[in-house]
Amino acid sequence: MIEVKHITKSFEGRAVLKNISAVFEDGKTNLIIGRSGSGKTVLIKDIIGLLRPDSGEILYDGRDLIQMNKSELKALRKEMGMLFQGSALFDSMTVLENVMFPLDMFSKMSSKERRTRAEFCLDRVNLSDAGDLYPSEISGGMMKRAAIARAIALNPKYLFCDEPNSGLDPKTSLVIDDLIHDITVEFKMTTVINTHDMNSVMNIGDNIIFIKEGVKEWEGNKEEVITSKNQALNDFIFASDLFRKVKEVEEEELKEHKG
Amino acid sequence: MGEYMILMRKCLTFPDRWSMFFKQLIKEIYKLGVDSLWIVVIISIFIGTVIAIQISLNISSPLIPKFTIGYTTREIILLEFSSSIMALILAGKVGSNIASEIGTMRVTEQIDAMEIMGVNSANFLILPKMVGLMIFIPVLVIFSMFTGIAGGIAASYSSATDMTPAAFEFGLQFYFNQFYVWYSIIKSVVYAFIISSIASYFGYNVKGGALEVGKASTNAVVMSSIMILMADLILTQIMLT
Repeated sequence: MIEVKHITKSFEGRAVLKNISAVFEDGKTNLIIGRSGSGKTVLIKDIIGLLRPDSGEILYDGRDLIQMNKSELKALRKEMGMLFQGSALFDSMTVLENVMFPLDMFSKMSSKERRTRAEFCLDRVNLSDAGDLYPSEISGGMMKRAAIARAIALNPKYLFCDEPNSGLDPKTSLVIDDLIHDITVEFKMTTVINTHDMNSVMNIGDNIIFIKEGVKEWEGNKEEVITSKNQALNDFIFASDLFRKVKEVEEEELKEHKG
Repeated sequence: MGEYMILMRKCLTFPDRWSMFFKQLIKEIYKLGVDSLWIVVIISIFIGTVIAIQISLNISSPLIPKFTIGYTTREIILLEFSSSIMALILAGKVGSNIASEIGTMRVTEQIDAMEIMGVNSANFLILPKMVGLMIFIPVLVIFSMFTGIAGGIAASYSSATDMTPAAFEFGLQFYFNQFYVWYSIIKSVVYAFIISSIASYFGYNVKGGALEVGKASTNAVVMSSIMILMADLILTQIMLT
């Protein structure tokens, strides 16, 4: 479980995060949503330690990230997996070598065990045939899946995903969403996803935090999103005609059910 | 300067995994060193030949013995060309390669990915390049010396000049100072450090996109070249005067 308590962060006097608190539970996909520039990327960078908040606490199962020394932070990082927006696979390595990289660096497994573990991770994301290919030789969706395989190679307790569906078609986005959700439940990870994608919100939003101008505006789950009366959230989620109609249908069904 | 020192402090530590370090080291020696061998050989042969021809054409006085051509060619190649001029050429080839590779890794979040995993990215990426280049540049310098002098010998067989191979070879052996070879090798090790560390610094600190990677690559070559020339002057003052 990750607890964020009263986080504030400013850049050159401009407050980007204002007293944000949230709890990200184990075995759940926790989504951080909000408009571009709302502060969600800064929040996730604070949580993973790429940025240092001005004040507040970030607790990983009770361990405060901000108070950690270098060796404690290094140990914590081995418990983290990260899926970057652009996949961030190492160009000079094959897909299999990419997945083996964290194992090569940190595990005490034998070479054969490391390879077996990497092949298992690739198989888990349905990429067992792509191990010998280089990142430049595979599609965007395959790169995302390879990056997920690399992120879970060390069996992390915490998985972070930055815009996992950016640049993907809707069908591939669903595959990636389902994969992230399934491995979160399967490996009981604490998964935090930073996304714009409303399909993801509706599909895998076990816990959703909506940020507006650096303030936590709303918190709930995918069912509560539909019925929420928060105007800012509704303006954001139901900006498209499709989702507005979905909301209308859901509300009508709810009224009939109550009637 | 402060950022450069911080990067060097981060880089010059013991690797997390020696096996990974040696794996990277072999890759870097091959990529930065062995792949540069052909250009070193080609340039050295041609420059060695041209130096010998030009000296021959400029020595018209009958009072100056012909073996002076071989002697002067050898001194130019050993003292300056094979180390300093070759380092300037390699700063262009290898320095831009290092800066653009690391810079691209920075802008595509590959370095962030390493940091998130807990890998010391500076150490993992830069140290093998530095060590690899410092090991292999002296080898390139020795190749350059041999091929440059071979080019000069080839010129001595040309009928266009009034050199004779025998006189040229006598000049090559005349008053040979072995220390000049070591002087050149020591300089090349310093240049290898300059090229790899400065190019890595510019690549590692790229902010932005492809345009900034290109700028970083250019800046790396310019700065490395200036530092090589300054180091050349300082080392020459220390070692030869």
